[in-house]
Amino acid sequence: MAAALTAHRRRVGERVIEAVLFGSAALSVLVTAGIVVSLLAPLGTFFSHVNPFEFLFGTEWTAAFGNKASWDDKKWGVLPLVVATFMTTALALLVAVPLGLGTAMLLSEYASRRLRRVLKPMLEILAGVPTVVYGFIALTAVTPLLKPLFGIPELYNMLAPGLVMGFMIVPTIASLSEDAMSAVPAALRQGSFALGANRMKTTLRVVFPAALSGIMAAIVLGISRAVGETMIMAVAVGNLAQLTVDPRQPAQTMTAFIAQIASGDAPVGSPVYYSLFAVGALLFVITFTMNLASIRLVRKFRQAY
Amino acid sequence: MSRAPVERALVTTPQPEQGGRRRRHAAAVRSMAGAWSGAVPAIASESVMTLHDLSVYYGDFLAVHDVDLHFGYREITALIGPSGCGKSTVLRCLNRMNDLIIGARVEGSVTYHGVDIYGPDVDVIEVRRRVGMVFQKPNPFPKSIYDNIAYGPRVTGMKVASMAETVEHALRSAALWDEVKDKLKENAYSLSGGQQQRLCIARAIATQPDVILMDEPCSSLDPIATAKIEDLMHSLADEFTIIIVTHNMQQAARVSQRTAFFTAEADDQGGRVGRLVEVDETRKIFSNPAKKATEDYISGRFG
Amino acid sequence: MATATLAAARPILGGRRSDIRSIVFAGILWACLAAACTFLFFVLAVIVDKGVDRFDANLVNRPPSTIRPATAGVAPAIYGTLWVIGMTALIALPLGIAAAIYLEEYANPRRWYNRLIEVNVQNLAAVPAIIYGILTLAFVVRGPISIGAVALAGSIALALLILPVIIITTREALRAVPVEIRAGSLALGATRWQTVWRQVLPAAVPGIATGSILALSRAIGEAAPLILVGATTFITFLPDGPLSRYTVLPVQIYNLVPQDRDAFRDLAYAAILLLIIILLAMNALAIWLRNRYQHRW
Repeated sequence: MAAALTAHRRRVGERVIEAVLFGSAALSVLVTAGIVVSLLAPLGTFFSHVNPFEFLFGTEWTAAFGNKASWDDKKWGVLPLVVATFMTTALALLVAVPLGLGTAMLLSEYASRRLRRVLKPMLEILAGVPTVVYGFIALTAVTPLLKPLFGIPELYNMLAPGLVMGFMIVPTIASLSEDAMSAVPAALRQGSFALGANRMKTTLRVVFPAALSGIMAAIVLGISRAVGETMIMAVAVGNLAQLTVDPRQPAQTMTAFIAQIASGDAPVGSPVYYSLFAVGALLFVITFTMNLASIRLVRKFRQAY
Repeated sequence: MSRAPVERALVTTPQPEQGGRRRRHAAAVRSMAGAWSGAVPAIASESVMTLHDLSVYYGDFLAVHDVDLHFGYREITALIGPSGCGKSTVLRCLNRMNDLIIGARVEGSVTYHGVDIYGPDVDVIEVRRRVGMVFQKPNPFPKSIYDNIAYGPRVTGMKVASMAETVEHALRSAALWDEVKDKLKENAYSLSGGQQQRLCIARAIATQPDVILMDEPCSSLDPIATAKIEDLMHSLADEFTIIIVTHNMQQAARVSQRTAFFTAEADDQGGRVGRLVEVDETRKIFSNPAKKATEDYISGRFG
Repeated sequence: MATATLAAARPILGGRRSDIRSIVFAGILWACLAAACTFLFFVLAVIVDKGVDRFDANLVNRPPSTIRPATAGVAPAIYGTLWVIGMTALIALPLGIAAAIYLEEYANPRRWYNRLIEVNVQNLAAVPAIIYGILTLAFVVRGPISIGAVALAGSIALALLILPVIIITTREALRAVPVEIRAGSLALGATRWQTVWRQVLPAAVPGIATGSILALSRAIGEAAPLILVGATTFITFLPDGPLSRYTVLPVQIYNLVPQDRDAFRDLAYAAILLLIIILLAMNALAIWLRNRYQHRW
């Protein structure tokens, strides 16, 4: 009788514990909701002053200038920021995709176990250096190197930070692609070898296509990282919002603009304060879409195996 | 410093574990005068557990249907049959470990001392304390030998005069005491496979159950370890009711007093459903079975 | 028969053409790796070379100064980092581990709300860091909670940032514990929580610790979300509590960028060197933990 009663009390405790644990997990949904609300709520005010069409397609962005309280003395076309983000991302991919895939193929198909044990930590360090440090390096060490090579007129440009960001993203693409390639069943490789193909042909013609959607997921994730990267852009690209596709020019990415406004003294409720949220919302939509695409690609890849 | 493992984990969609989730919680404990007080029936032939019209579904898939079976007090009953015939499924119903499989559903009744353990007021934890289980592959905890044995009594809140004595008694009953008495603090993984399995038996005994379920307990052990455990079972049957699932017919013949033969039949959707064919004294099953299917299996014509 | 065998053996006997292409290909792959490694060494070399000059006691003890940069330091940023990361750990670790336990040990993956939570965690892990700054700015610095630009706000921003990471790595550590251990515990009459608390968690601690240290080391290097929540103030006092105004090392470095004098560049590099050493130490600790205590099941 006594044992039965004790057991009863214990089970109530169990339910309380499960509720607490569930609450912790459900918090994540709350965070997402919070992000959406924090980005969407100011949009009402912003788009009541700014034409959405002008926002999305206008080619001049002078949000940080002029009278702090005035909406009308500024140009609200976000394209310069978007194009700068696109440019730096493209430059980063120029470095990250070949190096990332090459490293992944090496680690997955060619390297011995010992080599992988040495190389993987190195990749982790490459990914783990704080991005503000990369920005600093891009500004003070890489730009001077590239200046004579490419004829960069001033200190700030898109080329050096873009390339540096590319190196930063190599581990992302490399490790996810390597996972995808390692997941290709050994039987496929052995079948290829048995038919007389060498390692190069096997890698390129068997493993790579088989792992393709996993590799694409890795690249999409790399793009998402590049688009969302702030510090390298804020430090080394300059804060000049101009629409240009010349990488030797300074510019300003979406993320760098947000950082600039936040570290300045924009009063709450001023037009430029609202523009911070508008650009943030655009950034979130772009990265969210890409993350969804990446997850879809991985699911497709997993289904194959 | 690494983002890479995170991003790898990001695109790793966690896969649900099979057999690792429990959905139903028991409601309040009903007072079970008599049945739960630990009083054991004095008559040797009285059943301790009875299955009546038991059918087990995994989702829509029927795994085994309409089993009628009873297990006698302090008897050893063997469940035999080919793969997929549902004997392990039935065994897992006896301590409701089947609940852990998502989508598992039971129809019919499983009674323990007259109480249906699938009833709405039943505390599953209490059921599992009283119906112990030994698994196919020895699964000691990554703790010391002593802590492995003491775990059951501790978590179920058993009041013991001396834990050390309880541990010793359990190890003696499992014929393991002499081998480990000087190294109780050592990690359980330092034991051999056969010793680990006897440790698991001792662990199950420590909570003072009155039924012990054994799911092919010797199938991962060598013949010598197997022989030790089979000897052990005879002495265990002095205290406990034992139900053993085994693939090994000779083992069933050596060890059990009653044997239940299951078989799997093709159903109309192309799957296989298990059912109980025949249950009787072991002597009779192995020398003169009533059903042809049993005879075919025993003589090796199939399965 | 003989001709067929000979034809089959020809590649073994040495086809030169495909050999060269193979070698070139392998060479390209190695070059890719070499390029990445070269860049890493270049970065580390620059940091050490330019940072070691000002890597002295003043760096750690003195506040930043516009008047005498040659003897200035980043002491407020160091204290700020300690405060912020300490509170981040206190917030993120219990929440993250609890959430991971729920998802891994309790949740029925067929229920829609559990799937929603899982998808959420995956998405949040890839949201840009600066968005977490915006979120914290809107709700904690201003908005309903309104504690202002203080260290606790920074901690909350970072905690939200690394929460998905901790959930994911903790889940992996929990998943590594074999299901037989759980089955054995439940079969003895332990409750689900007893099984988790007494068997699964203790066995998963090394993996959880490693993942947590790596997540915190990422948080230490973050600047973007903290810029959004007020860590850019040029302070010369040492932050002394959760509600104190503050700055952290990465943001301090960011603030030193526009300062044009060489002395500030040197100071910045010295601070970078300090930051890198801290991070390398934490990573080494995490890896050592993993290798030393990881259970081989």
